[in-house]
Amino acid sequence: MPIVYPRKTAMPCLDPEERRQNWGEVAEGYTVERAVAEARRCLSCQDPVCEQGCPVGVPIRDFVRRVAMGDFDGAARAIRRRNLLPAICGRVCPVEHQCESRCILAPRQDPVGIGRLERFVADWERQHGNANGTAAPEVWRDQKIAIVGSGPAGLTVASDLAQLGYPVTIFEALHAFGGVLRYGIPQYRLPKEIVDENVEHLKALGVEFVRDVFIGKTITISQLMDEFGYSAVFVGTGAGSPVFMNIPGENLKGIYSANEFLTRVNLMRAYLFPEYDTPVRRPKRAVVIGAGDTAMDAVRCSIRLGAEEAHIVYRRSEKEKGARAEDFERARDEGVIFDWLTLPKRFLGDDHGWVRGVECIRTELGEPDASGRGRPVPVPNSEFTMETDLVVIALGTNPNPLVPRTTYGLEVDSHGRIIADPQTGATSCEGVYAGGDIVTGAATVILAMGAGRRAATAMHEYLQQRADHDAEQYLSTWGEGIAEASNPGLAAEWAR
Amino acid sequence: MDTTARIIEKRDLTDITKLFVVHAPLVAHNAAPGHFVILRVVETGERIPISITDFNRAEGTITIVVQEVGRTSALVGAAQVGDTFLDFVGPLGVEVSLPEEGHAVLIGGGFGTGAVFPLAREMRSRGVRVSSIIGARTRDLVILADLLATESDEVHVCTDDGSLGHRGVVTGRLEELMDAGAGFTHCFAVGPMPMMRAVAETTRRRGLPTMVSLDPLMVDGTGMCGGCRVSVGGKSLFACMDGPFFDAHQVDFDDADARLTTYKEQENLACELAGVGR
Repeated sequence: MPIVYPRKTAMPCLDPEERRQNWGEVAEGYTVERAVAEARRCLSCQDPVCEQGCPVGVPIRDFVRRVAMGDFDGAARAIRRRNLLPAICGRVCPVEHQCESRCILAPRQDPVGIGRLERFVADWERQHGNANGTAAPEVWRDQKIAIVGSGPAGLTVASDLAQLGYPVTIFEALHAFGGVLRYGIPQYRLPKEIVDENVEHLKALGVEFVRDVFIGKTITISQLMDEFGYSAVFVGTGAGSPVFMNIPGENLKGIYSANEFLTRVNLMRAYLFPEYDTPVRRPKRAVVIGAGDTAMDAVRCSIRLGAEEAHIVYRRSEKEKGARAEDFERARDEGVIFDWLTLPKRFLGDDHGWVRGVECIRTELGEPDASGRGRPVPVPNSEFTMETDLVVIALGTNPNPLVPRTTYGLEVDSHGRIIADPQTGATSCEGVYAGGDIVTGAATVILAMGAGRRAATAMHEYLQQRADHDAEQYLSTWGEGIAEASNPGLAAEWAR
Repeated sequence: MDTTARIIEKRDLTDITKLFVVHAPLVAHNAAPGHFVILRVVETGERIPISITDFNRAEGTITIVVQEVGRTSALVGAAQVGDTFLDFVGPLGVEVSLPEEGHAVLIGGGFGTGAVFPLAREMRSRGVRVSSIIGARTRDLVILADLLATESDEVHVCTDDGSLGHRGVVTGRLEELMDAGAGFTHCFAVGPMPMMRAVAETTRRRGLPTMVSLDPLMVDGTGMCGGCRVSVGGKSLFACMDGPFFDAHQVDFDDADARLTTYKEQENLACELAGVGR
């Protein structure tokens, strides 16, 4: 019997005091020794249930076994068969709700650190220069694919279809690629160089990246297909529209949506002002409302911008929080104060229109609501005021309505999410597929990638059927001379 | 797909106000009155929204007018014919809803004058009578009067010091014209916030439907950040996705005014570092 260590091998991290001051990556990753030690904790189950917890079906048992044997290159190849973005997923996946939650070790011991091992393998591969080792496609096809949005879903579709030989164009409305990986997730959690590397990798596969094109405004989806000759479109525009609370004082200066705050910091690099031109408020006492991943990102950014005190305010309890365990713990280590069971009622301003406080009321949890979590019920006469000079509202996002609004016949549900077949991503418009947050509402990187993977498969099938159909039709009409009418250019050439 | 935005013509309208004709066929493809663009000039730069003054789908051009009031706009103003913008995205915003008949009065204040031109042209093509009032502090700051005259039935110029046209502010002239029985059915105003607020107050008293184009602080311009939210009729709306034109009588100008000053300190610092006068 091998000796099995009950705890996950620790991941070296920057000291919390140090990281309050800088934007460097917090988790430093496993060394070779630690990775091998952690991989050896895996029992290599005959039926690896962990793999059922992975939305893209990474062959976990296989890659972990290879790490245990020191075959890191083999491990990287195994992951890459199923996952295009392992360096990203190994950092941001909520593994405790996915693969690791199913680990056979889990109830009595820590599960195998699958996320940490995935990151180790991906980083090893990056350092050893094999990250671009994808072969050229076997055939080159001529049906053009347009992908709307360069986030995780779009990048996955692009990779899969480019490898099948399709000419793929990714359209991005912003000036940099990666979607939420670029504007949402901070540098200290996901270094932007990793996003750049993935984009470069896809460019090397032949994917065309076009920035500054806002599909729905610059070009509509119908125009992409009718005027620009795209045979199929994938919509992966994310859940872009921030939710506000609609309580008094919300337009005071110093109150941001999480999207705005994080976009200023991450995409526009406002933390480097005035070297970079975009400013952001530098707080003394920050209040972030919400307890999901985005809230943790915002509150930890506020600390790095100089907040002496940073609060998370959440109307439910710690148990109901949405954030990944690891990021929640790191936020706590960095000194974040958590005000659970607290509901903001209104914002208070000073004479110059700046926010100076949040009036809150305590809550207790009542009967479960539609989400299955206890409904927060205000406790009478428990109002109190928190002083603050920066508020970030991190209560989630709604789908951006632009694409549905400008695409004739594209059906959406009552929340404005595009209705797509969960197995194929097919929408109500022929040739138009969708996946990621625009379909599911705000979710995770890996779920968006899973949706992208399924959509790419379905798009390939659809395009092959269409190619066969077109070829058949062409042949069947040839003898009847209809080709002349339907294709005068070719007919003229023939006549010469 | 080519998204290059190259400057093919530049005109100095005043010392600090520059007009650029930009070859950007993709942006011109769907451009309509009321739209704006967002541009960036340097890798470390911010994204700034600019109204579209003119567009030509056939030629693939977009015309913009930029007033140098800060670090980024000064960088834009220094650009020359042949230069390309680092980023030039659009058309953004919603096409403004224009009447099919009646008599519209267009009011342009300062460099906002450029932004009313596409409205004038579209309304004229629909058979709407168009009267334009443009205002500036002094003669040298009056811009685009000739251009606007090509698509207006009449143009009234106002200067604060009387050095050109009527002495006084645009709202004074507006009231005179209304008193004289101009019979305006619609009003559209673009200019500095105090001017748009004054127009709104004037036309509210007289029951003249009025739209103003708001230019709050913006980051992405695609509905993602909500930084450009404005309070209209008690509801929070996004200028980038619901605007930039809003019902002037519903706009909370106090709120919009205050939010514009959010980064005043940082803007002053940036100007100081860049040696830009304010």
